[in-house]
Amino acid sequence: MIHFVVHDENDSVGVVVVEGVKAGDTLTGWIMDQDREITFKAAGDIPIGHKLAIKPLAQGDTVIKYGTDIGRVVAPVGLGEHAHVHNIKTKRW
Amino acid sequence: MDLNKATFWGYKRENGRIGVRNHVVILPVDDLSNAAAEAVANNIKGALALPHPYGRLQFGADLDLHFRTLIGTGANPNVAAVVVICIEEGWAKKVADGIAATGKPVAYFGIEQHGDHDTIMRASRKAKEFVQWASELRREERPLRDLWVSTKCGESDTTSGCGANPTVGNAFDKLYPHGTTLVFGETTELTGGEHLVAARCRTEEVRKKFQFMFDRYQALVDRHKTSDLSESQPTKGNIEGGLTTIEEKALGNIQKIGRQCLIDGVLDKAEEPTGPGLWFMDSSSAAAEMVTLCAAAGFVVHFFPTGQGNVIGNPILPVIKLCANPRTVRTMSEHIDVDVSGLLRREMSPDQAGDALLENMFRTANGRLTAAEALGHREFVLTRLYESA
Repeated sequence: MIHFVVHDENDSVGVVVVEGVKAGDTLTGWIMDQDREITFKAAGDIPIGHKLAIKPLAQGDTVIKYGTDIGRVVAPVGLGEHAHVHNIKTKRW
Repeated sequence: MDLNKATFWGYKRENGRIGVRNHVVILPVDDLSNAAAEAVANNIKGALALPHPYGRLQFGADLDLHFRTLIGTGANPNVAAVVVICIEEGWAKKVADGIAATGKPVAYFGIEQHGDHDTIMRASRKAKEFVQWASELRREERPLRDLWVSTKCGESDTTSGCGANPTVGNAFDKLYPHGTTLVFGETTELTGGEHLVAARCRTEEVRKKFQFMFDRYQALVDRHKTSDLSESQPTKGNIEGGLTTIEEKALGNIQKIGRQCLIDGVLDKAEEPTGPGLWFMDSSSAAAEMVTLCAAAGFVVHFFPTGQGNVIGNPILPVIKLCANPRTVRTMSEHIDVDVSGLLRREMSPDQAGDALLENMFRTANGRLTAAEALGHREFVLTRLYESA
């Protein structure tokens, strides 16, 4: 069963695609562009559609999704942690 | 899906364009004429009024866009005939003349010197004539190249970018080689991925025009912004759905134009394409505004991917909704035409998802009502560029 998807193997985040992911759950991820699976442990509760970090992110880092820059890290994000507006901001506007 | 011999059943209009609906529209030019237009549509079964809040004291480019949108809506091949009503007869005639260039039946009425009662009576007689005439028109079998398909997504979330939007992209890649006319837009929602769109433009001239439109919209945002647009772009719903930044939203959005088709031309708002291919239309990213502009540009079927569950429709343009978010498909099933949530479970391939959308597109073109049509969603929203005089 797929719990999260990753667009590209160089991405720093994956997207949870099932409901009810809780801290400590072992998750199976599907990297779509390379068509392979990875496993990860959720470090927090993550709602469906929200992202988990699959690479450790330090303040000031660029977040990569779709193999492309989607913003900057404003608070550190550990592996498997929820990555969203509380720790990532746009570089535009 | 083999599209080489694919056909659909549509209404051939006087100018050769093919429609997939057969509406008789009662079109108010301004806010003051809504009451009369709605009264006519109430009198005459099968007539469709398109009320809206604008049309007074607009000027310059904003007024041009107003007329272009109204004339384009009336000219759309999904419309068989039009009754135009305006407070002033002069502007009623202007809009009616624009629509009449297609050759379809049009009548116009001014309210001044007559009042609502007399206008409604005369317009109703004409509307009855048009409705009965249109009811005898018959569909004919047409090649796929006669179909014009638009796309715009809404209430997107992260599942849009990995499921529903790539499904549209897969369908666009399949439609493009068959000479169909396709359009996408949402200028601000390309922010962060504009370089990828620019790289897909067929010629340097197209690329320059795209960049001009993109930069023009960025300048507008910069002029009026008071923050980083949090909760506007991305919206609160987008954020609730897991989208964090405009860049992330844009990269998901761009999945709708597939991986192969090139951008053949660039359109201003509500401007009609001059040939087949994939067009970029400068537009707002607000769902009803963009879909209204697509209808005014002459598109007859619309692909609308959603994540969190946008419920939009359009009065004359059938809006096909597709969704990959299993929660939305479960909680808002009455709004979803094509469920592609299997993509995210690896139970459906992108190719199968694209085919499922195309199959629904043919059924919709042939007459099947979309969820939005059955539910009565008729959002008709005119884009304004600035204040009235």
